[in-house]
Amino acid sequence: MSAGRRFLSHPVSVLSLIVLVLLGAAALAAPLVEGWLGVDANAVSLFNRFGPPSAENWLGTDELGRDVLVRLLYGGRVSLFVGIAAALASAVIGTIVGLIAGFYGGRLDDFLMRLTDGVIALPLLPLLIVLAAVDLGKLGLPAGLAQSDQVSLYRIIVIVSLAGWTTVARLVRGAALSVRQREFVLAATALGAGNARLMLVHILPNVASPIVVATTLSIGNIILLESVLSFLGLGIQPPLPSWGNMLTNAQELIWSAPLLAIYPGLLIFVTVIAFNFVGDGLQDALDPRSGPQRR
Amino acid sequence: MLRFVAVRLLQALIVLLVMSFLIYGLIGLMPGDPIDLMINANPNLSPSDAARLRALYGLDLPIWTRYLNWLAAALQGDLGYSRLISQPVLEVLKPRLLNTLLLLSISLVLALAIAIPLGVHAARKPNSVTDTAVNLLCFAGISVPPFWLALLFIILFSVTLGILPAGGMAPIGGDGGLAERLPYLVMPVATLTLVSIGGYTRFVRAAVLEQLRQDYIRTARAKGVSERGVVWRHALRNAMIPVVTIVALGFGSLFSGALVTETMFAYLGMGKLIYDSILGNDYNIALVGLLLATLMTLAGNLLADLGYAALDPRISFTETRT
Repeated sequence: MSAGRRFLSHPVSVLSLIVLVLLGAAALAAPLVEGWLGVDANAVSLFNRFGPPSAENWLGTDELGRDVLVRLLYGGRVSLFVGIAAALASAVIGTIVGLIAGFYGGRLDDFLMRLTDGVIALPLLPLLIVLAAVDLGKLGLPAGLAQSDQVSLYRIIVIVSLAGWTTVARLVRGAALSVRQREFVLAATALGAGNARLMLVHILPNVASPIVVATTLSIGNIILLESVLSFLGLGIQPPLPSWGNMLTNAQELIWSAPLLAIYPGLLIFVTVIAFNFVGDGLQDALDPRSGPQRR
Repeated sequence: MLRFVAVRLLQALIVLLVMSFLIYGLIGLMPGDPIDLMINANPNLSPSDAARLRALYGLDLPIWTRYLNWLAAALQGDLGYSRLISQPVLEVLKPRLLNTLLLLSISLVLALAIAIPLGVHAARKPNSVTDTAVNLLCFAGISVPPFWLALLFIILFSVTLGILPAGGMAPIGGDGGLAERLPYLVMPVATLTLVSIGGYTRFVRAAVLEQLRQDYIRTARAKGVSERGVVWRHALRNAMIPVVTIVALGFGSLFSGALVTETMFAYLGMGKLIYDSILGNDYNIALVGLLLATLMTLAGNLLADLGYAALDPRISFTETRT
């Protein structure tokens, strides 16, 4: 069976992929929906707080009278962007660490893998909270820039990537270790290929599948981590909405408006589980021998 | 064996030292410093007073010097005072640590008590209806945002049904005994357990499945060991070795989960203390709290390595490579 056919044989993974495409499309279309419904995501309307669902506000309004649906879509843009961007950044870090460790072996490998184990074992969330609380002004960034929306977005991507690279690093290292011994690598060495060429041209393509799988699986984790940090007030800063920070106020409102606490969390849950199912399906499709042998 | 323990202890000590310096540096980069806080509290403080105070407390020294001064004091048992509570750091930390250990240990035991049978059942008949159902549940557990699950619990059990307290530790005016605290523990424990079960179950399933393919299982079956015995006595025992590792390595993420859970339920544990101290510029508490959390995970890892030897007589630590 080809990889594509194998992926299609997992109904849950296929369904998840469809859900993700729809979610992504809806998030991208946020400005269109905004114009179409005639609402403004940031327009505060104190006469219309906790409004019930209506023709204009399909999911009602929040504690400041803003439209919940449109804010959810804009929040989705942020959460999905952070998830995908940080997963890609983690994949790059993880691939570099894994390739070097697996290719050179020896002491360097020992050190890098100890480092990886160490990062996995650390209580990451409290450390990430400290990193998120660091005042960039003290690092020499101009005050205006250090406090801007854009920086809160990129800083969360950097912080989360620092935690997310370990899985990819281990997988790539394991794969590189075994590929390195294969005949074609030996042949390339005999033909005079340098280390960089060996790693990039001969080994990297052969470890691509595990990288793709691990990156997909890590998107879910990263969206979770972003939502936790944003929820705690240390990630994406309001008024820029993210699914996590939309829940920050919801906790105080559960007695009066419990639905406000349901929607963003539900979207996080659905998105994360969908990424995990897609990753699981990809693992089976691209790399049938690895993982907990399902077939 | 002794040598192995000594080497690992030394490694852990080095990691702890490096972490303490990193955390010290990071905390220095957080917004504001103690003198800023004094200026906020006392409008009569002039800039020259501030500079004099900075020099008095050594805040104008380079970071290395300040760190070494802190370390020297810490090694003598002086960890400073909490800014928010005005008590010595250790006295603030001790009850919080016990609360967190209580929460963590109940949740961990519960999670394993559910995950091991679930994982074994799923592994016995791969791709059966049970296996698929368990797999879906695991994915749900891995994917649910812990703070949202906590919110759902509060909405269901506190707001709608009104049968459990939404947060806190014990009723006001009670004696604070375990029986009184029980209702307050239910939701934090349930949250932490549910978010941990998924990962453990998937791991147990994979480990048992791996063992069930081994030759010794065929031998056991051939000589007539019952299916129960094959699975529970032979396969599970060997599968427990990787499971112990994952539990120990997962200690850090369990602690991260505890931070979220404690914050959601206003449960006075270490996680909430660390979070509050970072937000409230309580530098001494944040620093020691983070270090203690790191120390706990390092100890967990060490225990896992030693647990190996207890579980698997094939592993010995006399060789240089383990």
